Amino acid sequence: MTNIPIEAIAAKTPQPLPGAPDNWKRFFSFSTDHKVIGIQYLVTSFIFFLIGGFFAMIIRGELITPESDLVDRTIYNAMFTMHGTVMLFLWMFPSLVGLANYLVPLMIGARDMAFPRLNAAAFWMVPVVGILLMASFFVPGGPSQSGWWAYPPVSLQNPTGNLVNGQFLWLLAVAVSGVSSIMGAVNFVTTIVMMRAPGMTYFRMPAYVWTVLSAQIIQLYGLPALTAGAVMLLMDLTFGTSFFDPAKGGSPVLFQHFFWFYSHPAVYVIILPIFGVFSEIFPVFARKPLFGYKVVAISSIVITILSGTVWVHHMFASGTPGWMRMIFMFSTMAIAVPTGVKVFAWVATLWGGKLRLTTPMLFALGALLMFVFSGITGIMLASVPIDIHVNNTYFVVGHFHYVIFGAATMGMYAAIYHWFPKMTGRMYNEGLGQLHFWLTLIGANLNFFPMHPLGLMGMPRRVASYDPEFAFWNVLASIGAFLLGMSTLPFILNIVGSWVQGKKAPDNPWRAIGLEWLVSSPPPVENFEEIPVVVAEPYGYGKDEPLVENGKVIAAAEV
Amino acid sequence: MKLRTIFTLVVVAIALGLVSFWVGQQSYGWLPPQASAESELVDNLFSFLVTLGSFIFLGVAVAVLYTVLVHRVGRYDMSDGPPIEGNVTLEVVWTVIPVLLVVWIAAYSYQTYERMAVHGPMELVHLHNPMGMEPAYAATLEDGEVVEPIEVHSRQWAWEFRYPEQNVTSAELHLPVDQRVRLALQSEDVIHGFYIPAFRLKQDIIPGKTIDFEFTPIREGTYRLRDSQYSGTYFAAMQTDVVVQSPAEYQQWLAQAASQPPQTSANRADYEYKRAAKKRINAGWKSVPPAPAPVVNYPAQDGRA
Repeated sequence: MTNIPIEAIAAKTPQPLPGAPDNWKRFFSFSTDHKVIGIQYLVTSFIFFLIGGFFAMIIRGELITPESDLVDRTIYNAMFTMHGTVMLFLWMFPSLVGLANYLVPLMIGARDMAFPRLNAAAFWMVPVVGILLMASFFVPGGPSQSGWWAYPPVSLQNPTGNLVNGQFLWLLAVAVSGVSSIMGAVNFVTTIVMMRAPGMTYFRMPAYVWTVLSAQIIQLYGLPALTAGAVMLLMDLTFGTSFFDPAKGGSPVLFQHFFWFYSHPAVYVIILPIFGVFSEIFPVFARKPLFGYKVVAISSIVITILSGTVWVHHMFASGTPGWMRMIFMFSTMAIAVPTGVKVFAWVATLWGGKLRLTTPMLFALGALLMFVFSGITGIMLASVPIDIHVNNTYFVVGHFHYVIFGAATMGMYAAIYHWFPKMTGRMYNEGLGQLHFWLTLIGANLNFFPMHPLGLMGMPRRVASYDPEFAFWNVLASIGAFLLGMSTLPFILNIVGSWVQGKKAPDNPWRAIGLEWLVSSPPPVENFEEIPVVVAEPYGYGKDEPLVENGKVIAAAEV
Repeated sequence: MKLRTIFTLVVVAIALGLVSFWVGQQSYGWLPPQASAESELVDNLFSFLVTLGSFIFLGVAVAVLYTVLVHRVGRYDMSDGPPIEGNVTLEVVWTVIPVLLVVWIAAYSYQTYERMAVHGPMELVHLHNPMGMEPAYAATLEDGEVVEPIEVHSRQWAWEFRYPEQNVTSAELHLPVDQRVRLALQSEDVIHGFYIPAFRLKQDIIPGKTIDFEFTPIREGTYRLRDSQYSGTYFAAMQTDVVVQSPAEYQQWLAQAASQPPQTSANRADYEYKRAAKKRINAGWKSVPPAPAPVVNYPAQDGRA
């Protein structure tokens, strides 16, 4: 910037040490800076992503042959339990919270989250969850082997008879994780409602902020059910209560209701912010406004409401009566409408734009197509007669891996590449990024597509051994899994290498519109020298209008 | 809209429609043989959804790939695209169409489910009773003869079937073809899932309840029954054969089985548990001990069981 106001220079006093952007030690401290916490979440969760991926490769190693011949069945069952648990509670949720932590205050023109200490406390519970889960490998009897859904009575069986067993630690970890996420949700909702900059009305918020708000409202109403269910199961397991134990008059199906009342909406907690990422990235790299921004924003809230009414579709084959199956089939299918509206809006945003296929754009496009595929298999699963055939088969595993990996994790990669220059002040390497994209896209489809024919043929999920007729597709899936494992290497190389010695990033390398792009890369501790005054809707591509009225003052902080 | 645009759209839609129809017809081949009356209903519904789903997926994919290939810009082209922020007509159209599709799919699914009626008449009468599983009941045939359901006993990790009228127990499920079959599903420990892919039928078995289940096998042959609800360490091994026979063969089998003294059937979980510490990677984690191998009139004939 050429003309710097005198006050801005005067205000530039030395920053307090723990928060200084050039001090790496702050990432290992109890920092209350939302940007530090955001990166803490992202890095921690990525480490657990690698651990969960390692478990997945053991699973696929076992499944490359029909016989149970690589690891003992107890180890196999522990592997898929921990794979699911780690990927959801230690990768998907924390990484999305990390991204939102970093972006939301910047995007709404706030200096931090509403409750910075609560924010830091919520983050530091994540390593506790991780340590509890990893510690469960070292107790007698090993970690929980009842799956990430932990249905009683299997989860209550406790073959070792010890008080401290894998299932106990697992339930403790899930309860802690639930409390951490509820703390985060309180913080996000308060921040978005209370701390928007002047002029940042709801319909001037970026679509990403809308999706974070929608997702965090789900956390607020849904997570108490899961957390309470986990605590009740813990009491059944440890203190001899009988909420869910049929031998003592409890109802095992009741637990399934508790579990899915949260764990299905949880899918929307995951996918909504990824929808937000799509809504941010497509306009930037198509150089067009988001098509039907207000409808896209409202769709997120509609999904939030509908997502609370669908959970029984996980239990169509459980002990549910016919009328319940029918009601939840209708409500589940209804979600396709707001979701479909969003998909069409993204396609219309791309249509006729000036497309630039950078790594984030490629990942977002790949994620969008994989999401559409998973949406279609999702409608099939919502249809009760089809679900009765494919429920608890590999068809479901294929479906939700297209969502959780194909859409959510690939969308997460898109987001990391897109905001990497903002977070680190460095550019990533485009060649490595594109290599990463192609390996991931091929690996993911090779890994997860074969699961659909397997499920249709009748291969149950969670099996350590299977009939030889399923071998062909399983070999393909396993090869895909190993390829997918390898695909993380160029990513790690790229991120670590670029962070250390990448090209310096300008404030706005993508010529994107948004408050976060008005400040320096990386942003200063207080984000904005002066709180911006927003005068326009987001996504003003091709309109040549200012987003804020005090752009120069805001940007002064970057010098 | 220009006439040419409309013409192009129509041609593309017809082409996609034809491809989707073809994919929908292929979908029958992705499923196991149709061995029950219910499977035909399910497969028709599935084929319909595959056709519709293919059309939507291909439509989106073709649009995205087209725009990616055609609307890319050069490295130094810094211009913006047209600032189109929305189009109310278009947005209404693409909200209404999914609503109609959802109603159509749901209605078709509902109709299929009604026709399957896997829970038998009692289920429909007692729909107001949430989560309630009706106790085993004895249906009355038209000529007044009472048919007792075949009992399905599941336990970690074995299937056992009991034919109450003949007092026959078996480790395989034998069924007569072209007759409505009635089962009473029970579990002795955890939740198991009764799943026969060739019948497209599945039902969780909740311990402490008896669940009635009805269907009609229509094709003779041997199929697999698998536990579909994760039931612990040897879950994957909890499989057995389902043999659908002509009524004459079925009666003959019942008579033969009734004459055989009970004997221990081969059981995979029991077998593996007793030689657990084999060569493979084993952490020595304790497992729930499997129930003893079932002692039945008719043991499992298949080595895989």
